[in-house]
Amino acid sequence: MADEHPTRSQGKASLLTVKWQVDDAECKWQPFSCPTLKSYLSWDALEGSPSMGGAAARTPQQSSKRPHPTQGPHCVLGNRSATVLRWLPLLKKSQRLSATPARTGRGGLTQGRWPEHRGARALGPRWRPGPARRTRAGAAAPGGGAKPCGPPAPGREAPSPRPSRRSADARRCVRPRCPGPCRRGPTMEHIRTPKVENVRLVDRISSKKAALGTLYLTATHVIFVENAPDTRKETWILHSQISTIEKQATTATGCSLLIRCKNFQVLQLIIPQERDCHDVYISLIRLARPVKYEELYCFSFNPKLDKEEREQGWMLIDLGEEYKRMGLPSNDWQLSDVNRDYRVCDSYPTELYVPKSATAHIIVGSSKFRSRRRFPALSYYYKDNHASICRSSQPLSGFSARCLEDEQMLQAIRKANPGSDFIYVVDTRPKLNAMANRAAGKGYENEDNYSNIKFQFIGIENIHVMRSSLQKMLEVCELKSPSMSDFLWGLENSGWLRHIKAIMDAGIFIAKAVSEEGASVLVHCSDGWDRTAQVCSVASLLLDPHYRTLKGFMVLIEKDWISFGHKFNHRYGNLDGDPKEISPVIDQFIECVWQLMEQFPCAFEFNERFLIHIQHHIYSCQFGNFLCNSQKERQELKIQERTYSLWAHLWKNRADYMNPLFRADQSQTRGTLRLPTTPCNFMYKFWNGMYNRFEKGLQPRQSITDYLMAVKEETQQLEEELEALEERLEKIQKVQLNHNKVKSKQTEPSKHSGFSTSDNSTANTPQDYSGNMKSFPSRSPSQGDEDSALILTQDNLKSSDPDLSANSDQESGVEDLSCRSPSGGECAPSEDSGKDRDSDEAVFLTA
Amino acid sequence: MDEIEFSSTGSGWGPRSEVLAVGWGNSCETVRWLLPRGLLNSCPAGVASCPASSCPFPSPRSPRLTLLESVLLLGPRPTTGGMEFSELIRTGRAQAKLLRGPEAPPLRGTLCVTGHHLLLSPGPQGTSDLWLLLLRSVDSIEKRVSGDSGTITLRCKDLRVLQLDIEGVEATLDIARSIEGLRLGDAWHFHPPERYYKRVARETNAWRLSEVNEDFSLCLSYPRAVIVPRAVDDDALARCARFRQGGRFPVLSYHHAPSGTVLLRSSQPLTGPQKRRCAEDEELLRAVLAGARPGAPGFILDTRSAQAAKQARVTGGGTEAKAAYPGWKRLHRPLERGRPLQESFVRLVEACGDLEQSMDGWLSQLEACHWLAHVKEALSTACLAARGVEREEACVLVHGAEGTDSTLLVTSLAQLILDPLSRTMTGFQELVEREWIQAGHPFQLRCAHSAFSHACPKHEAPTFLLFLDCVWQLGRQFPLSLEFGEGLLLALFEHAYASPFGTFLCSSEKERCLCEVRTRTHSLWSGLNQPKVRRKLRNPLYVPNPLAIWPSVEPQSLRLWQGLFLRWIRPPEPSQVAWEKVWQRLASKEKTEGCEPTSKPQL
Repeated sequence: MADEHPTRSQGKASLLTVKWQVDDAECKWQPFSCPTLKSYLSWDALEGSPSMGGAAARTPQQSSKRPHPTQGPHCVLGNRSATVLRWLPLLKKSQRLSATPARTGRGGLTQGRWPEHRGARALGPRWRPGPARRTRAGAAAPGGGAKPCGPPAPGREAPSPRPSRRSADARRCVRPRCPGPCRRGPTMEHIRTPKVENVRLVDRISSKKAALGTLYLTATHVIFVENAPDTRKETWILHSQISTIEKQATTATGCSLLIRCKNFQVLQLIIPQERDCHDVYISLIRLARPVKYEELYCFSFNPKLDKEEREQGWMLIDLGEEYKRMGLPSNDWQLSDVNRDYRVCDSYPTELYVPKSATAHIIVGSSKFRSRRRFPALSYYYKDNHASICRSSQPLSGFSARCLEDEQMLQAIRKANPGSDFIYVVDTRPKLNAMANRAAGKGYENEDNYSNIKFQFIGIENIHVMRSSLQKMLEVCELKSPSMSDFLWGLENSGWLRHIKAIMDAGIFIAKAVSEEGASVLVHCSDGWDRTAQVCSVASLLLDPHYRTLKGFMVLIEKDWISFGHKFNHRYGNLDGDPKEISPVIDQFIECVWQLMEQFPCAFEFNERFLIHIQHHIYSCQFGNFLCNSQKERQELKIQERTYSLWAHLWKNRADYMNPLFRADQSQTRGTLRLPTTPCNFMYKFWNGMYNRFEKGLQPRQSITDYLMAVKEETQQLEEELEALEERLEKIQKVQLNHNKVKSKQTEPSKHSGFSTSDNSTANTPQDYSGNMKSFPSRSPSQGDEDSALILTQDNLKSSDPDLSANSDQESGVEDLSCRSPSGGECAPSEDSGKDRDSDEAVFLTA
Repeated sequence: MDEIEFSSTGSGWGPRSEVLAVGWGNSCETVRWLLPRGLLNSCPAGVASCPASSCPFPSPRSPRLTLLESVLLLGPRPTTGGMEFSELIRTGRAQAKLLRGPEAPPLRGTLCVTGHHLLLSPGPQGTSDLWLLLLRSVDSIEKRVSGDSGTITLRCKDLRVLQLDIEGVEATLDIARSIEGLRLGDAWHFHPPERYYKRVARETNAWRLSEVNEDFSLCLSYPRAVIVPRAVDDDALARCARFRQGGRFPVLSYHHAPSGTVLLRSSQPLTGPQKRRCAEDEELLRAVLAGARPGAPGFILDTRSAQAAKQARVTGGGTEAKAAYPGWKRLHRPLERGRPLQESFVRLVEACGDLEQSMDGWLSQLEACHWLAHVKEALSTACLAARGVEREEACVLVHGAEGTDSTLLVTSLAQLILDPLSRTMTGFQELVEREWIQAGHPFQLRCAHSAFSHACPKHEAPTFLLFLDCVWQLGRQFPLSLEFGEGLLLALFEHAYASPFGTFLCSSEKERCLCEVRTRTHSLWSGLNQPKVRRKLRNPLYVPNPLAIWPSVEPQSLRLWQGLFLRWIRPPEPSQVAWEKVWQRLASKEKTEGCEPTSKPQL
């Protein structure tokens, strides 16, 4: 858009300069110099657009806070850089003209700040972001999920409440960003109405409360901004997250629109005008169903990383490395280039490990006998006993067909494991389904034809059953104040937990076969990309502690899901397609991981939030990882050159996803996870944190994870502080020694002569020091003198008296214990370094 | 050197400022540091059994009384919980001279009384170490006053005789009384209603402690002393008691200081088919409203359905008529009790034991046993009562029929939601003692059999277990707000059903008196409050939360209490490992916090 009116925008831009001046309490718009009528006019022009709203309603006081035009496109004053309006996609073309000037700062924008400033600006001077107001409905923030995770609002950096280091940096997740003027997507034309006022957002839990606000449609998001002046809560919904939109009957209050999201958020909006409602409905129907990949958010999403960083991001997860880690290539397994350029199977990756004894001829022959040519290939190699997990699709056996090469292929897999004289062939389908497939010329392996195989059915239902099961469970979740019986009955009726258990059981079966029996396993279902992926990854997770680490889990998804051609596009409906292809396959896998995490709280390096964010991004299409149906398609689309990798983003913010209880050292968590041998139904629980994650009222109000993370962080901080101080202390000592020498060596310091004899002034020195640091008396055994320690202690006691503690806390940067409660908000390190330097000086001076 | 430990109960310190350990010889040799947590170096878990193997607690050092004094005399502070000793301690310190016998030289210094010990600081010029005496070893105490000084003679159980010359008559008497109160060292005295009344009396003047039930003549199941409106005299109470089933007239259960309103409990009024009325009962409830904030509404929360309440008239019971109690509104929240509850418990335990069933079978059994539904109902009723008190600023009277089961469930849960003090270790024990044991929950009848008994249930009902389950649900939703962990709940469950302690014996205070439970058995609380045990039962994540904790009662938020119902079925190992890790994390934090540079400045 900027390119459309370059001159015009330049001209206006010179009129506009904004200054954020931040005082401690609140951010204010400050005129750079005395406001002139001209400046008002230019702003009024800007705000005259409907989306800016209420230009007429401004009071003179508010006007005076408006920025004043000066020269320079982006004048940065103080420590907050001015950001310029990037709200444009939601404006109609006619309005864009008047609004263009604001965009001119594009070059100088700090992208990271965009949403906050954009919000501030777009809503005109009435909008003044303050620290307390920045509550966001988690929906909005991809990557942010439940938390306010955006770049810090100007006010948030104010000293109180002190943001913790983690919340300031690590929690800075990628926020939804404007696609940017140059990339104005084709979606713009589908927006029939960019803004509707007086919309009610109905709270699902208590139907009484409904927030009044304004609904905006942008090229990428639906945004609801509450009118309540003290909160201004925003709810952001990515178009790609929208699952269904339902227009309900018009009532006296207006027309109701029910939006269900793929991340299990449900929004009910009441729009006063039927016509508006219809426009929104039609727009969203189209926006939620893009037909081309180019319409997806990831192609316009720009986290302001340069090319190199982008490439590095994509390199983060390297499957070649992963196979090496497994111990491949080995004596029995080798990398095959048979699928180079996807010649044999277009849904497989090019690099595959196969048994050494399997020649290209065998592989190609086998592939012809397998559905979609997905021949048996290695998924996981258990180097302890050389057993392996292989995966394929169903054989085209029909009622009697055989294939010599396929039989040789299985033989080769068996031979690749010298420790066992048979392999398991696991068909993850129910037997009935597999038999039905035989009529269509497919089916399963006949044990008579293959030597030394043990054939096993594991009844995991197909994608259609899973889809309707989830549907039923979500209906239960949506019930308004259900009784316990309603809920449990609905949960049972949905069969969801039964399906989860079936997948887990399959994974457990395979993990046991590999680790305990030492037998290799070939897993397949129909096409070998849904249930097979679930089962293989669950088994790998149980077998290998590496996959229970943060990076390992990414690798696992990359390996078993992305590279082996799980049809992300079809299953998660990224592009408009056959609704019958949609199914929560990977959701089930993610839930299996959660169920395991509940069972083994110390076994996983990552926490629940990590899983939820991955689930969110599978649907969000904000990153390129989960696009398309196969590696081949991704390559053709040049995904890596045009989009960013989620893994890099998650890795960057890994501090947020760590499980503070993770114990890498523990025997229980080390090798294979040992699940109870008896089938346990009660180990499967309803995952409240996922399916009701937007009903905050239903979640535990305090989080152990967050608390422990804060504690951990605090510990770390204190340790660092301690280190720094020790260094400083050494320096002081040196200076003092010199000083004393100059004083003709009056009192030679000695360890044992002690303070009891020395004068008060010297005895006071450590007091001040430790008083400032709030660190406590020494316990170093070498320090034999009690008196000094005692005096120290007494003074410390005084200074840490509750009444004084606040004071000393601020100085020392040691936060109050009570702020650590997650409910108490974010806690923070204070501006410690500066203060410490002061105290340091003080020590020095008194010394 | 044997080791004696102070716990936070020991000295009136808050949970965050725990005095951890004192090691001492027979009389006065070595004293380990007495260090409040967060103030000084200390092991977070205490000394004896810190789960983190690397306990940072330093090696013993010579005692310094100045330190001890400052540590000890900082308290008692207005902390959460742990108030019991501070109330017994009349005065913290006095100047005294100690005569230890004809041979030993007298010691002069400052005398301090703490929860378990008597300390004498030899003063700044003195060279000798601190003198320390365990109060429990005092066998008898004798005081004499002459002029403006007094003498206390302590005769100890180890046959020692000690004489303390104390300056000031007042000080002498106070110290003597403090020692007298403390030396018994028996937790039987820790939780009487009188103690709670002291707290109420600090907050309001509208209530008084009545000993009208001194001889249990009015009500068999009430304790000797109950808290009633000041405006109502004992005669009125007596008549009132005749109008309520079992004599359980309305008494104070909880005073909510911020709103000035109260939670009351009683049994059903004996209106009967003739719709009888009782002027004194009406007067009592009127006085309750008058004593609260002017214009405060009142709610009567009946834990039976409206129909059941009406039916009760046939048998002489009933419920308050609206006309007779102006200002009071009646609400009905039916809660299951008695046999259905027991059956639900039995079926749940059966379902948990059935390992062969399918997933669907499990879920349908879970649904069919209704246990979680009872949990949900109990919690939501308690929330309703708590809401009434806090949000509506109303007085709430809870009763069912007898007022000894679901009534107590509701009032105790409501207090837990509202009152930060009751969420501490001590506060919770006190709550159980006051709202269940003293309030006359018939443990003897209710907990005679558990879920496996083949005997046909008569009076058995797991009401107390339901309460514990609800507390567990609260703890799950607010993992940082309860000072105690699952362990305490499990211990209470066990002891309620079978216990070597006398706390849960008998069904009422009267029976306990007749059986001389207090003199012939030990109190569970003193068992649980032994520092080692107490540490195990603590929630390491506890952070005092001054707010009310409003739980979610949606079915999605409630879970089966696996720690109890599946305790012997699934291995507890993973969760144990997790808790170890939690301890480790917190321990390493404490360690760092209390750390000091290793290289000391050489001056």
